[in-house]
Amino acid sequence: MAVNISIRLAWRNLWRHKRRTWLTLGAIIFSNTLLIFMIALQQGSYTMMIDNSLRAFTGHMQVQARGYLDESKMRMVVPDVVQLAGEIRAQLHVKTVSARAMGFAMASSEDRSFGLQVTGVQPQFEPKVSSLPGLVVRGHYLKNVDADEIVIGSVLARNLKVDVGEELTLLGSGYDGSIAAVIVKVVGVFESGMVDLDRAVAQIPLRTFQQVFSMNGAGHSVVIAAPELDIVDQWRQTLSSNISNENMVVLSWDELQPGLKQAIQADMSSAAFMYLVLVALVAFSVLNTQLMSVLERTREFGIMMALGLKPGRLSLLVLSETTILAGLGLLLGLCLGFCITLYLSHAGFSYPGMEEMAGRFNLPSRMYPTISCLSMLLGPSFVFMGSIAAALYPALRIHKLQPVAAMRAV
Amino acid sequence: MKTGIIVTLAWRNLWRNYRRTLIMLLAIVLGVWAMIFMTAMMRGMVDDMLESGIRHLPGHAQLHHPLYRDDPNIVNSVPQLTNHQLKQLQNPAVHQWTSRLKVPAVISSEREVRGIVLLGVQPQSEAAMAFDISQVKEGRWLESDVDKGIVIGAKLAERLETRLGKRVVIMSQDEKNTIAERGFRIVGVYHSNDVALLEELNVYAALGTVQSLLAVEGNVSEIAFNGEDYRNTQPLMAWLKQTDLVLSGGELLPWHEVDSYLGTMMRVMDGFVIVWVLIIFLALSFGLVNTLVMAVFERVREIGLMQALGMKPTLILVQVVCEAFFLLLIGLLAGNALALLTIVPFQSGINISAVSQGMEMFGANSVLYPALKLKDVVVANVVVIVLGVAASILPAWRAASYDPIVALNKN
Repeated sequence: MAVNISIRLAWRNLWRHKRRTWLTLGAIIFSNTLLIFMIALQQGSYTMMIDNSLRAFTGHMQVQARGYLDESKMRMVVPDVVQLAGEIRAQLHVKTVSARAMGFAMASSEDRSFGLQVTGVQPQFEPKVSSLPGLVVRGHYLKNVDADEIVIGSVLARNLKVDVGEELTLLGSGYDGSIAAVIVKVVGVFESGMVDLDRAVAQIPLRTFQQVFSMNGAGHSVVIAAPELDIVDQWRQTLSSNISNENMVVLSWDELQPGLKQAIQADMSSAAFMYLVLVALVAFSVLNTQLMSVLERTREFGIMMALGLKPGRLSLLVLSETTILAGLGLLLGLCLGFCITLYLSHAGFSYPGMEEMAGRFNLPSRMYPTISCLSMLLGPSFVFMGSIAAALYPALRIHKLQPVAAMRAV
Repeated sequence: MKTGIIVTLAWRNLWRNYRRTLIMLLAIVLGVWAMIFMTAMMRGMVDDMLESGIRHLPGHAQLHHPLYRDDPNIVNSVPQLTNHQLKQLQNPAVHQWTSRLKVPAVISSEREVRGIVLLGVQPQSEAAMAFDISQVKEGRWLESDVDKGIVIGAKLAERLETRLGKRVVIMSQDEKNTIAERGFRIVGVYHSNDVALLEELNVYAALGTVQSLLAVEGNVSEIAFNGEDYRNTQPLMAWLKQTDLVLSGGELLPWHEVDSYLGTMMRVMDGFVIVWVLIIFLALSFGLVNTLVMAVFERVREIGLMQALGMKPTLILVQVVCEAFFLLLIGLLAGNALALLTIVPFQSGINISAVSQGMEMFGANSVLYPALKLKDVVVANVVVIVLGVAASILPAWRAASYDPIVALNKN
């Protein structure tokens, strides 16, 4: 019963000054909505950044020779790479594992020559770890495991002035220092939309690569694509404990592309600063309202204390007023934020100039915020806690009141 | 006289409920500080990106063969500047220029082969515009247009397992699509001050040497020009368009079109400043209006009395707006001061190397120099004071429109 009265009192007190309460609520709702939208947008873009960058080529994890990541020298190899890829497939019970080898070659067409990185891939597994095979716009992706065929990016094709059906001469140096030379037929041209990738990537079947570059069965990496980021750590542990060769290391995406994770971290810390400022501003608003509402009720509190109410009860009253206020703001902010974010997660969101920016981070030119428990609740719960914390000072002030003096206060 | 009284009244009213005023002030100070501080940090980052970006392009404007940007091949080159054109460039709008040959090439040492960008440069003007010679930590920078040596990055040297004084072979396609190759001695090794990626990519040789290697005497890939200020390429572009340069059929572009990412960055940053300032202001405005509404509400009887004694409603309105104005003004002063105090100690740069590779993705360095721009400070202050006063008009107007009798009788 007593609790019930407290809550009713709190509710009624809250609506004594309708305009003030609505203004404070407005501040809370505004921040909640904004935070929900911003965090959802961030989450959406980070996921896309990671996914697009990793699925294009790098994969979520790779097994490489120790030191290959830093120095990427031809002789730092993974021996019997195809067999290792097969073992990993069996260990993880997935098919998304593919072996690769990489070498540098001068590619010459009839008119042009261009130095480029040639990748040897397993035609049957590569489409499972990388999105490039699916992006072939002319011709088809590699089919045979040992054909003299090549698939290149569209910008590269344009620069080399070749198209599907024509031939390229590759000239490089092999694993043992011998000359590696082969004539390959362009069977496919892919277009990812990322100019750097379309200018740089050329793929031939792994077995062809191993023969041309005298690799003796070795390769440079085993690429593993994971269905989601969360599982990467677990897989990494499984693999690390299973790989017996001292010279091999298992690397996850944040080591393969450290820039990606750090770009996200840098963006997150500047965003966190903005969010904290917003939350602090709301807290000031609540502090102001609650302090005023306590001060103007000094006489009333004096009387209530004279009637035998403990200061603790009164503090609780003030805190429950704030809780109701912040709770209302939370609910309304959630509704509004949810609606706006839901709409934008379907319609997409764009900002002038975003297209050029997005291209740099492998993002599409429209962004789609991600609605999740985290993006919905993270911001609002900080606002809620900030509001309650702000009400502590006014609530505790009540303890200083002397009933008699308070009753006489103006 | 009248205004004097109104101002005094407004000032005293402000301090009647000093707690409320102080809390509101704190909120304004925090808001203004955040506006200026955050903007200075972001500006610092973007300026750094732009400046190092322009240094790499290089130049505020560039002239290329129309096809070169899509297809950076030796075939797509333009003739070198003629004496007549050089004379035309003697104009205050043009500060510096340099010509370069820039082609993809392959470099090989005894151990390794790598793809690089071979830059045939004019050593003096290149050093003045784009390449900071102090980056050359071992050996020397190129000396003349026909210098026979090359300068490579330390990272590349490491990858190639080679070092100063050793010979490497550079191969590239010449104009007739035959592979031109030749040995070069490494005369200098540089450590890039900017994005580390370039250390692995850019190899510098003398323009004349590269021209003869690729059999394109008299041709260059790009001619870069610097004007007064990269933020305003108008005077530079205007003059260049008048010269004979355009007659050669080349494509003349300002930097923000050569690298659209950089150009966009500058515009997006301006947008960001406005959005950020407005968001903070909106969050503040709820509190501001609230404070004023309550201040008016408490004084209804008093306002009624003043009106009954003959004070015009306009003066009451002015008085409330004055209160808001003072509140905002003090908040702005303190906020600006606080922002200055927190930014000035960091003028020498904040080390953010923990995320350096991430910053590299943005195109920025691992040391962040906050850039306090007058323009941004003005935007923040103007928004707060103008919109703040505008927001205070509503409660002020309500106060002015009370009926004296009703107001006097209020509880």
